[in-house]
Amino acid sequence: MTMAPKREDYDVVVIGAGPAGLAAAATSAEAGLSTLLLDENIGPGGQVFRAISSTPVTERSQLGADYWVGADLVQSLRASNAEVIHRATVWSLDRNLDIAVSIGGASAFVKAKRVILATGALERPFPIPGWTLPGVMTAGAAQTMLKSSALVPDGRTVIAGQGPLLWLLAAQILRLGGRIDRILDTTERGNYFAALPHAFAFLTSPYFAKGLSMMREVKAKVQVVSGVTELAASGDGQLASVSYVAGGKRETIPVDLLLLHQGVVPNVNLAMSAGVEHRWDDLQLCWSPVLDASGNSSVAGIAIAGDGAGIGGANAAVVRGRIAARAAVEALALATAAKLPAMATLRVDLARAERGRVFLDTLFRPAPQFRIPSGDTIVCRCEEVTAKDVLDSVAIGATGPNQLKAYRRTGMGPCQGRLCGLTVTELMAQARGKTPQAIGYYRLRAPVKPITLAELAAVPKGEADVKAVVRG
Amino acid sequence: MSHNVDAIVVGGGIHGCSTALHLCLAGLKPVLIEKGYAGRHASGVNAGGVRQLARHIPEIPLSIRSMAIWERISDLLDDDCSFESFGQVLVAENEGELAVCRARVAELNALGFTHEELIDAAELRRLVPAVAETCPGGVVSRRDGAANPAQTTTAFRRKAEQLGTTVREGVAASNIRYSDGLWHVDVGTESFAAPVLVNAAGAWAGRIAAALGEPVPVETVAPMLMITSRVPHFIDPVVILRGRKLSFKQFKNGTVLIGGGHLATPDQDRNETVLDWKSLATSARTVFELFPVMRDATIMRAWAGIEARMKDDIPVFGPSARHKGLYHQFGFSLHGFQLGPGAGAVMAELIVNGGTQTRIGDLGIDRFHPSTRSKKRTS
Repeated sequence: MTMAPKREDYDVVVIGAGPAGLAAAATSAEAGLSTLLLDENIGPGGQVFRAISSTPVTERSQLGADYWVGADLVQSLRASNAEVIHRATVWSLDRNLDIAVSIGGASAFVKAKRVILATGALERPFPIPGWTLPGVMTAGAAQTMLKSSALVPDGRTVIAGQGPLLWLLAAQILRLGGRIDRILDTTERGNYFAALPHAFAFLTSPYFAKGLSMMREVKAKVQVVSGVTELAASGDGQLASVSYVAGGKRETIPVDLLLLHQGVVPNVNLAMSAGVEHRWDDLQLCWSPVLDASGNSSVAGIAIAGDGAGIGGANAAVVRGRIAARAAVEALALATAAKLPAMATLRVDLARAERGRVFLDTLFRPAPQFRIPSGDTIVCRCEEVTAKDVLDSVAIGATGPNQLKAYRRTGMGPCQGRLCGLTVTELMAQARGKTPQAIGYYRLRAPVKPITLAELAAVPKGEADVKAVVRG
Repeated sequence: MSHNVDAIVVGGGIHGCSTALHLCLAGLKPVLIEKGYAGRHASGVNAGGVRQLARHIPEIPLSIRSMAIWERISDLLDDDCSFESFGQVLVAENEGELAVCRARVAELNALGFTHEELIDAAELRRLVPAVAETCPGGVVSRRDGAANPAQTTTAFRRKAEQLGTTVREGVAASNIRYSDGLWHVDVGTESFAAPVLVNAAGAWAGRIAAALGEPVPVETVAPMLMITSRVPHFIDPVVILRGRKLSFKQFKNGTVLIGGGHLATPDQDRNETVLDWKSLATSARTVFELFPVMRDATIMRAWAGIEARMKDDIPVFGPSARHKGLYHQFGFSLHGFQLGPGAGAVMAELIVNGGTQTRIGDLGIDRFHPSTRSKKRTS
């Protein structure tokens, strides 16, 4: 059944039903604003709480207590008057706050007074030799299968990379009876020292105890190789082995599945295509939107909450969602804002939720050799462009990612730069001796997700067309 | 710091780059000033049509001059610009439209132009097998084709620089003034002086002309384009419709570019455009009707370039009517890409020789200032 939006205009449209979006939509609707929540997935939860209403995993301890927090958020949303549409792909948003959304193969246009983007994070590209081989996938993709279908690897499996999600996934796979042969930890040794000054905040954060016990749980069952400085996948048309260097020693092991993960970065495509100003974040090594304390972006009426506003994790995302929604309520219906928790209270909650983040960002800052590839390693999967191709184009005059399109079509394929954008920026910055901020990023264009020509042809005619017909 | 050069070209579109390159070929050392980067706007993001077909008569001589350069573009630029020549076809969707085509071709023939050729339904079907069966014919210009606009503009810029052009990108030209027989232009902390100034600033050129006392009726527009995913090869020539707003081109890699002149809302000061999806949906419907093979293709991306359109739809090209050493090259009104190579060559002739064999008389800025027409230029 196709469920089109009930109205053409809303006070608030929230895009994405992860922690930030769920909290924002519930808050906005509770305050009486007409609220529409559009989400691409089949049910609420986003990535962190994926399949929260439908997961076949019933033993709560297997996915962990943090996962089930999502159920309460969904509960409050359902208790509110927010209109919620799933399988709804927003493919265009502009500075007039006009939104185009595809639902069940049909597109509709809605207009908002305020838009709260809660489009979350993407996994950072991990462009090592062989990363495009079948048999290599991201940890996030593996976790999606685990949460929605309780599917875990049963062949020879290696997980490589770093970051909290890597350990969480490993623990979840093991609890569900899956197989992991080895974990290759790529955390740079120097990062431990760099992170030390921030350790106190981390020790007193909720991440600490949970993170530590999860790592202990995994290390008790799986061989963990730390200090990995080189990593390559190889095979003839299919992954066959993983080769790595740790402590100066190279080892090659046969594998069926390699899961890669080196952290997440804001999913910026929709915000950038709407014209929201972003800046390079030198700690998190990604583009983050320029926002005020309430999450308002450079485009009037567009706020951003959750990991799309800069990686902060699920707890921070929930609070950021409430802050952005409260700001929308203050702007549109000040009188009803009194019902909601005070902004000052929310900001204290946010500071608490963000505690320890700098430590994690510093510790898990990926090493250059895993972000900036060389030689024949593929950078752009869609157009099969290698690192060498990019450098050759720089040598004959390509100055930034947009100019590179003219030489190599990078970023012009179906992924719209999601899988290559950061790599291209950092690679070109290094080659040209400039900062990533100076090099810039692809100018992103709608449709942010492809739609079929037939679907576009079927949208309701514009006023001009209708008038032309009436006039005959 | 002030640099003396032979000419100052403002605007790094295909026109400014081509003029700079041809000035170098004539032995001059120009500076090219571009506020963004070469090809940032219309020149880099247009449909890439290399078209003599369906042009306004006053610009046909320039278009023909340009076509000869396009056909040897690699010789000029050491880059093929992905130029390919499968012709361009204007499709008549009914007998009424075909009659208009017939009259047009007759008019051109009477003027001595033979590049447009009337075709019947059978020839149309041979050239464009995928077109709807009901179309009775059209017009073909067989030497026409298409090129990659960003690649082309970039190649012109690169070659111009190799031949001696000083390129300044990322800072706008400002404080344009004339004193002591020279044009002076500031670029950030630098300043350039030259006896010649070429205003090739595209959508921003009208402001420059007006500031120099030559206002013209020009508006800023942003024609939209969209490109599809790869579909099996089904069409070679560029196709445009006589009646409805549509142009259509399949590239070697299978992607299909859909254009036709529906407009986005430009924001010139932000260098941005806001797309009008309801108009793009109209284009999608036209393609859906005419090319059933396209129905399952996906739209990958849509965009719009910011450009200048003159009230009379033909460019402003030639010397200023008021100032010595000032030349205008803008207002190409959504059809300037093909003209770029030829216009640069002709502009260099005007600057270096004081005249050209190519007929461009109807394109001068004096057409908007009748009072200046026969008067001697001042200053």
